[in-house]
Amino acid sequence: MATAKTRVSARRTAKKKVKRGATTPPRNTFRSGPDENGHFGIYGGRFVAETLMPLVLELEQAYSAAKADPKFHAAMEYYFKDYIGRPSPLYLAQRLTDHCGGAKIYFKRDELNHTGAHKINNCIGQILLAKRMGKRRIIAETGAGQHGVATATVAALFDLPCVVYMGETDIERQQPNVFRMKLLGAEVRPVSSGSRTLKDAMNEALRDWVTNVKDTFYIIGTVAGPHPYPMMVRDFQSVIGREAREQMLEHERRLPNTVIACIGGGSNAMGLFYPFLDDAEVKMVGVEAAGHGIESGHHAASLSAGRPGVLHGNRTYLLQDEDGQIKEAHSISAGLDYPGIGPEHSWLHDAGRVSYVSATDNEALDAFQLCSKMEGIIPALEPSHALAHVFRIAGKLPKDHIILVNLCGRGDKDIFTVAKALGLKL
Amino acid sequence: MAEMRRPLTRIDRVFAELAARNCAAFITFVTAGDPDLATSARILDGLPDAGADLIELGMPFTDPMADGPAIQAASLRALKAGTTLKLTLDLVRLFRIKNDSTPIVLMGYYNPIYSYGVERFIADALQVGVDGLIVVDLPPEEDNELCLPVLKAGLSFVRLATPTTDDRRLKRVLTNTSGFVYYVSITGITGAASANPAIVAREVARLRRQTDLPIAVGFGVRTADQAAAVARVADATVIGSALVARVAEGLDSSGAPRPHLIGDMLGFVRELADSVHRARL
Repeated sequence: MATAKTRVSARRTAKKKVKRGATTPPRNTFRSGPDENGHFGIYGGRFVAETLMPLVLELEQAYSAAKADPKFHAAMEYYFKDYIGRPSPLYLAQRLTDHCGGAKIYFKRDELNHTGAHKINNCIGQILLAKRMGKRRIIAETGAGQHGVATATVAALFDLPCVVYMGETDIERQQPNVFRMKLLGAEVRPVSSGSRTLKDAMNEALRDWVTNVKDTFYIIGTVAGPHPYPMMVRDFQSVIGREAREQMLEHERRLPNTVIACIGGGSNAMGLFYPFLDDAEVKMVGVEAAGHGIESGHHAASLSAGRPGVLHGNRTYLLQDEDGQIKEAHSISAGLDYPGIGPEHSWLHDAGRVSYVSATDNEALDAFQLCSKMEGIIPALEPSHALAHVFRIAGKLPKDHIILVNLCGRGDKDIFTVAKALGLKL
Repeated sequence: MAEMRRPLTRIDRVFAELAARNCAAFITFVTAGDPDLATSARILDGLPDAGADLIELGMPFTDPMADGPAIQAASLRALKAGTTLKLTLDLVRLFRIKNDSTPIVLMGYYNPIYSYGVERFIADALQVGVDGLIVVDLPPEEDNELCLPVLKAGLSFVRLATPTTDDRRLKRVLTNTSGFVYYVSITGITGAASANPAIVAREVARLRRQTDLPIAVGFGVRTADQAAAVARVADATVIGSALVARVAEGLDSSGAPRPHLIGDMLGFVRELADSVHRARL
């Protein structure tokens, strides 16, 4: 029981807090995660083998030191501006807006980044950290190849040898990116285990890391993996949302009504959403890949059709069978073809702050073509899922409703996949 | 304050008996349900007579991130044959009908256990006669998940210590470890590189300074000679990948076990066990 004295001092502290709160008002926030153990509610964590645990702790320390160092931020800003070409524009897609006949549709044009997708934002952050830590070798996993290309790019820029693990299935459907990585000097190692896609590439990258603990830095491409990766990748990608928020205020003098992004692991979505999370009036929608349709069982929609489990270092929603075995995901988009999702999305889903929906392969293909023809922008198949949802809702919304959608990658890499799906031969 | 003495477990008894004879223990790893449940049950039954002092039974998982190709393949064979966590526990139940002395430690990854339900899993594991658990992706940082409830229930939770576990961290790793400590002799996946005996000796000595628990060494041990070298410095030698590779070799082109698979496999176990048990003579 508290004594009179401690009660008084407690009251005093409370008073002080209120006073300090006058400048930064204390309130409920969705931006306080993760806790010190990397948990977003029950999600996240550090579920890795003991061999990797000291490395993960070292990374966490190095990242928190870097975060507090203005020089690190200055270096990031330099490469963001002069190398990636940030800020990426906010663009009013007028023809699509007219075509849908409802809400105003804005694109955040992260497909204009160097290397053609948002992935490079995170890679610049992580390679600067790798340099700070004195690491001499880079590894990465890749699905669509966008993260592989971005990693190979920064490895070339910083003169570090780079190995990219890629599932054999993905290598077949993403040949242009495989060749790009090779041109950039990276070694692409085909992964033939399991479903031969992104999840297996991640297993193989973890096996490499556990083997080469001394000199290797593992650049994870999405907001998943053991703590601190989900937080760190989110921080690096948050530049998307920070810019978009400012640009929207400049263009429209107000915030968007709805913010939409596609979700595989969820890094482009987390980067766009994070700076808006505490803007209660902004509705957020994540679009998962429904493949051939949720009911078909061939999809990649972990939140719509999965349940919580533990894989690749974190607890999150997973596609799994009754026995806890991981199921193979399916999506026409290699970048969304993953049976899990970043833990912060799982938390935001449970908390109800973000709604998660899905779009099928066919809906994405339609959106891909519509966007190409109406705006002269060939989107990647990944954001085509987000566009599919935009086209689903925009016509039903009033004209003063503003939709902001993340065009997180361009579609050059997908032309062969799309041609095949449309029954054409190139 | 008087410490509560817990009853001796099967694991304690095995290590005590062997230590009294100045003999290292031989620990075999096989994957439950590999290549099928019936063959797997017969292999398990034969292991103690072939010289296995303790059995690590792999719980198959689709994504075994710390395992090399041999154990990955074993896991996939077992899953293809319909093995589930429930059926893995059933294998232990069947084994215990004939054998009440050889400890069985289940080894695998957390998700199938989490999916089964931690409480239900612990109750069922105790009931069928499991002695301990090794869960690769549960470091001390995640002890609340499974380790603490397991210890409370009276099962052993065997932790892995690795070359990257420095002395400060080792204390934390050892805190909630029971039964024995499993030293991973290489940085890498199972069955990959070979352990260097001189380094293993040094590392075992480092562990001994911090624990009285028996120390088993595995991950880089494949041959009878390597097994003997480890047995001279550690309390137990673990062999896994080399054993499940024998299962793979004993399958015909359709994946069905050839008639001599079990005999060959147990013959190999006998050869390795002899080498371990005679290592200090």
